[in-house]
Amino acid sequence: MTAAQTDHILETLGARYGADVTIQPALDGLATCWCSRGRVHDVLKYLKDQIQAPYKMLYDLTAVDERMRLNRSPAKPDFADFTVLYHLFSFERNEYIRIKTPLESDSLSMDTVTDLWPNANWYEREVWDMFGIRFAGHPHLERILMPKRWVGHPLRKDHPARGTEMGPFQLPPDKTEAEQELLRFRPEEWGMKRSSENSDFIFLNVGPQHPGTHGVLRIVLQLDGEQIIDCVPEIGFHHRAAEKMGERQSWHTYIPYTDRVDYLGGVMNNLAYLTAVEKLAGIAVPPRGQVIRVMLSELFRIISHLVWYGTFAQDVGQMSPVFYTFNDRERAFAMIEAITGARMHPNWFRIGGVADDLPRGWDDMFRDFIRYFPPRLREYDRVVMANRIFKARTKGIGVITKDEAIEWGMTGPGLRACGYEWDFRKKQPYSGIEQFEFDIPTATHGDCYDRAAVRVEEMRQSLRIIEQCVNHMPDGPYKSDHPLATPPIKDRTMHDIETLITHFLGVTWGPVMPVGEALGAIEATKGNNGYYVISDGSTVSYRTRIRTPSFPHMQMLPMMCRGRMVPDLLAVLGAMDFVLADIDR
Amino acid sequence: MTSPYPILAILGILVVVMTLAAGLIWLERRLLALWQDRYGPNRVGPFGLLQVLADMIKIFFKEDWIPPFADKVVFVIAPAIIVGTVLMSFAVLPIAPGIIVSDLNIGLLFILGMSSIGVYSVVLAGWASDNKYSLLGGLRAAAQMLSYEVFMGLALMGVVLLAGSFQLSEIVSAQRRVWFVVPQFAGFILFLIAGVAETRRLPFDLPEAESELIAGFHSEYSGMKFGLFFVGEYLGVILISSLITILFFGGWMGPVLPPIIWFVLKMMFFICFFILLRAALPRPRFDQLMSWGWKVMLPLALANLLITGAVALAWG
Repeated sequence: MTAAQTDHILETLGARYGADVTIQPALDGLATCWCSRGRVHDVLKYLKDQIQAPYKMLYDLTAVDERMRLNRSPAKPDFADFTVLYHLFSFERNEYIRIKTPLESDSLSMDTVTDLWPNANWYEREVWDMFGIRFAGHPHLERILMPKRWVGHPLRKDHPARGTEMGPFQLPPDKTEAEQELLRFRPEEWGMKRSSENSDFIFLNVGPQHPGTHGVLRIVLQLDGEQIIDCVPEIGFHHRAAEKMGERQSWHTYIPYTDRVDYLGGVMNNLAYLTAVEKLAGIAVPPRGQVIRVMLSELFRIISHLVWYGTFAQDVGQMSPVFYTFNDRERAFAMIEAITGARMHPNWFRIGGVADDLPRGWDDMFRDFIRYFPPRLREYDRVVMANRIFKARTKGIGVITKDEAIEWGMTGPGLRACGYEWDFRKKQPYSGIEQFEFDIPTATHGDCYDRAAVRVEEMRQSLRIIEQCVNHMPDGPYKSDHPLATPPIKDRTMHDIETLITHFLGVTWGPVMPVGEALGAIEATKGNNGYYVISDGSTVSYRTRIRTPSFPHMQMLPMMCRGRMVPDLLAVLGAMDFVLADIDR
Repeated sequence: MTSPYPILAILGILVVVMTLAAGLIWLERRLLALWQDRYGPNRVGPFGLLQVLADMIKIFFKEDWIPPFADKVVFVIAPAIIVGTVLMSFAVLPIAPGIIVSDLNIGLLFILGMSSIGVYSVVLAGWASDNKYSLLGGLRAAAQMLSYEVFMGLALMGVVLLAGSFQLSEIVSAQRRVWFVVPQFAGFILFLIAGVAETRRLPFDLPEAESELIAGFHSEYSGMKFGLFFVGEYLGVILISSLITILFFGGWMGPVLPPIIWFVLKMMFFICFFILLRAALPRPRFDQLMSWGWKVMLPLALANLLITGAVALAWG
């Protein structure tokens, strides 16, 4: 991203829309501007369809409750109670743009952008659910994460964050009945017919408890025999208020919560969050810290892909691979455990570096794994990828074109399987990953088999990166000596009072981040995972927005399995590689 | 050649077959564990052998629940049908000279007939459960069994042509010079595949397909009724393995060892093969399975029958 280009797009917007667009500087250097409610649809349409090198992808859509804000933006000091935020991404420019729209409390509504981007559907439902902002013209504006009977909008600042502030929760029989009744699927609400000329449709409720859904996900299928006419994925069962939590935990104590968002990705989540926080703080992580981060993150990519590999084979009925891949995953976990002391949720990265240095003998452990793993991958190729039944089950299933993928906000292996060589590690390097040699695997058809092939090759590439980390691990500190690095370095704590005070404040209250906002996005295991954080000059975040890859991917499910058979649904779900906590947060 | 003590033979075969079916549960779990880099049941008794006993005690004492929305009579009858029909089939199996309950002259047809009746069990179970998953499982079962039974019967006609009899003991005797697997290799492969489909084992376990249909036709079953389906499946595996042994691998015949040992050895080999299939293969999709059955297997079975017939005719 070049500064010239950034100025360019904002200047273009300024020239075209005049006073309707106000430019605002942002700590992360993203092109950021405010746009009035009346014009924002025009601006977005212009950015998507009419300019050179357009912003084709709606990367994220969310809102902020600004009513408690102390430090208001200098560009928009008079802005109102709520802000609706659009993050767009342009692949041609390789850059994001952030558009903000102010809204007043007494008229919380604006035009939908579902006509521009189909994936705005769920995002707008989420904003309605969490903030109570209406979108005129939305096809199905209804709660998405919270239960239908929920009172209030949780991400508003006046909504309590703790259960103890809300009075005891009770679920008497009549309420249970009512809740259950609300879960009954009514096809008419979704514009579905109950029968065609020749047959009555079956409405099959898959989940929330079902062996094929990999978690508490509910999918209602409209079936004609075994053929899927349409389907409605229903999410929110795994919602744990991760974003609300971010407004209560200090910058430092929020790190373990991130581990549990994509719970198969472990420290990869820490990295996404810390990339954003360190942009706010202006911390440069020392080389050793960076390489440790890359090494552990890539190991977690392998760990996550191993879970996917085994369970995908299981989804198409192959019983054994899941045991093999979980055995390999155990080996990888043994290494994670030796370094961090934990397995799935190590909570190991810190603001400014990592929690501790590598233990003695770590490199032998990694070298063993680097020797051990490739032959195993070759064996799985023969057992799974080369199996003819497996191919018959996955080839030509759930086909997505590159344009559809971008339109729906698909990133990660799914996008690369459509033949688009796009990896944020290469295009927008973070944590020094540009110093490593690795290839971006791609495929051509965009079907389930290709998604699998891309992931399998990614494991080899991740191993390559890990090998380079092991061979070229730099010396030096593993954590930055920046005053905001947390917990602060303790070397001189007992020698002078200034260091003692800084350390004391850092570990008790936590660091105070400079006022501003930043987006940190990385190529996580499942696609682009981004944390958008706003600091109001306090020890806690004013707003923590988690943009996860699984959310837009799950939204594509109906498109991918319309007209196919019930078993294909499982193949599509398996190849999608989602994690429920990553969808619901 | 029927056993001189029919009651004794009936009881003997019943006890042995049921024990074997229970033992198979243990064997399958241990073998799968071996192939999947894990231990399997190894705690209860020597090598975990008593695990089967523990499981049986458990399943007998489990709540035998019939869902209120189910069609009660059919729901109860369905699991009994499968065990009944498979056990009936064992009556005509010549295990060794003198060890057979009833040496019917239409033994093979009897077995084919019984296996056709067995399909009712699965279809009725799926229907009576009044559950959409069970219904889909039952429908799949009906379609699958129907298409695979057609060429199952046809695949065996080559053997019948060569032996000149439907009587299973005659068929074994006819293999004195050469096992039928040699002249009827195509028939053997076809029957093996049909047999796997008949027992609803992976890769043909579509009626239960746990990752799609949860447990398919027996989703609503619990306690001993579920146990009957379970045992029925293993009985089916034993039956098909025995049939392969009898029809293509010379039954009890073999040098040195006593006939019954030969029979059991050959049968166990195929049982293990069934288990290996389960460990190795993914599950095809329903329509793929059907088109494969009708478009590939059926023509092959017909061609095999035609050629065998022509050769038999030419040799007189």
